[in-house]
Amino acid sequence: MSGTILASTTGRILRQLRHDRPTVALVLLMPVLLLTLIYYMFEHQEQTFHRVALIMLGIFPFIIMFLITSIAMLRERRSGTLERLFTTPVGKLDLLFGYGLAFGLAATVQGVVATGVAFWVLGLDTAGTMVWVILIAVANAVLGVSLGLLCSAFARTEFQAVQFLPLVATPQILLCGLFVPREQMAGWLEGISNVLPLTYSVEALMEVGANPDPTGTMWRDLGIVVGVVVVALALGAATLRRRTP
Amino acid sequence: MEAAITITGLTVDRGKKEVLHEISTEVDRGVITGLLGPSGSGKTTLMRAIVGVQLVKAGSVTVLGRPAGSASLRQSVGYLTQSPSIYQDLTVWENVRHFASLYGLGDEEAEQTISDVGLGEQSGQLARDLSGGQSSRASLACALVGRPEVLILDEPTVGQDPVLRDDLWRRFRKFADEGVTLMVSSHVMDEANRCDRLLLIRDGRIIADDTPAAVKEAAGTNDLDQAFLTLVRERDEGEAA
Ligand SMILES: Nc1ncnc2c1ncn2[C@@H]1O[C@H](COP(=O)(O)OP(=O)(O)OP(=O)(O)O)[C@@H](O)[C@H]1O
Ligand SMILES: [Mg+2]
Repeated sequence: MSGTILASTTGRILRQLRHDRPTVALVLLMPVLLLTLIYYMFEHQEQTFHRVALIMLGIFPFIIMFLITSIAMLRERRSGTLERLFTTPVGKLDLLFGYGLAFGLAATVQGVVATGVAFWVLGLDTAGTMVWVILIAVANAVLGVSLGLLCSAFARTEFQAVQFLPLVATPQILLCGLFVPREQMAGWLEGISNVLPLTYSVEALMEVGANPDPTGTMWRDLGIVVGVVVVALALGAATLRRRTP
Repeated sequence: MEAAITITGLTVDRGKKEVLHEISTEVDRGVITGLLGPSGSGKTTLMRAIVGVQLVKAGSVTVLGRPAGSASLRQSVGYLTQSPSIYQDLTVWENVRHFASLYGLGDEEAEQTISDVGLGEQSGQLARDLSGGQSSRASLACALVGRPEVLILDEPTVGQDPVLRDDLWRRFRKFADEGVTLMVSSHVMDEANRCDRLLLIRDGRIIADDTPAAVKEAAGTNDLDQAFLTLVRERDEGEAA
């Protein structure tokens, strides 16, 4: 890995994003619009709004970054640019971390905007400070990036890549405790939810919601999410083959 | 001086078929080698093996004394893929600038290369808005910008008008004069005539390997198009018999 190549790759991916205005709008405005929708849905159930909005601040970045990354990486693989990059001094890690950094940065901006609007405009309230909420949102976004990079290896078309979203995201959203508290689930469902990373980021967010200071559980959950990111990136690196048939 | 490219017993499978059969040849430095052959004969596959992105079944490819594709070689080898491979959502400038930076080069080289391929005016245009020929040239610029010692160009002049083709070939000659080793695939015989040496492949085997003049002589004609047809058909008939 090399510093200049990593910086150049990150810059290139951000520039690609910048030329794609609709996607920039999607990244920045979509969470805000959906949070506003949730606000009006639960206008008269303040407690529910607080819980759902907080969880959504974690789920949106995951979904959006997963989608953007899997398609961007798929294009890289299918358009010949990946083959070409592999004839240049670019390393696999330069590429993977380049994507992680670029979209992680985009996710940070997204997290700040969405969390800011949720707290200051929609009146979301948590016991802990919003800095932790943003941190967890960014970790979730990077989780989406790493899983997106990995899944792009198994898709041949953008159409197929999009289909990985429901496959990867829906079970996690259903089982993360948003709809039914995890302890009320059937044992086997709870077992499944125990191995899904989003479960831990949602738990971490709930910890911030309930406690003024970061708790041990929050740090542990965050650690698990980061661990999954590392594993997904390593698996993603294994799918990047310099030599192909 | 050792050869720029040495290929020994190169055998490559693609899909379930063997598409290159024990190819062996050597390419000297500072030489333009034309790679000719019918569509599907294995030109792109051979080039992919030389730049080190092709899985090979047997044999070896050595470039500048090192195994093809090795990390230290990637500074020195430029590859133009057959279909343009540039980022559609970046401008010409951003594309070329990015590839320059991978070799530790900067704005100056990027600008120079863009004007070398005649895209000065389109520099700020998004790649997706370029015409077909412009897009190929933008892709070519990304291969040239690293100032490589070995240039592997897969049909670099497809879709270009005669003036641009002539321009590009003059440039290739200039590179060769400076010591750069070029391998250029083409279907245009007028371009083949401008090479120092021709490699004619058919069905994954080399059927001629000589200067354009010698290839013409062997086929008993003055016209390279005719020579190509004769050599390719001779083999076909030989096999049919
Ligand atoms: N990805 C692939 N999977 C299976 N077979 C392939 C693949 N790519 C190429 N082939 C086959 O390998 C053979 C050689 O292909 P190659 O692309 O090297 O030909 P070429 O000489 O470059 O042709 P052209 O002049 O049309 O570009 C062809 O028969 C082709 O069908
Ligand atoms: Mg080809």
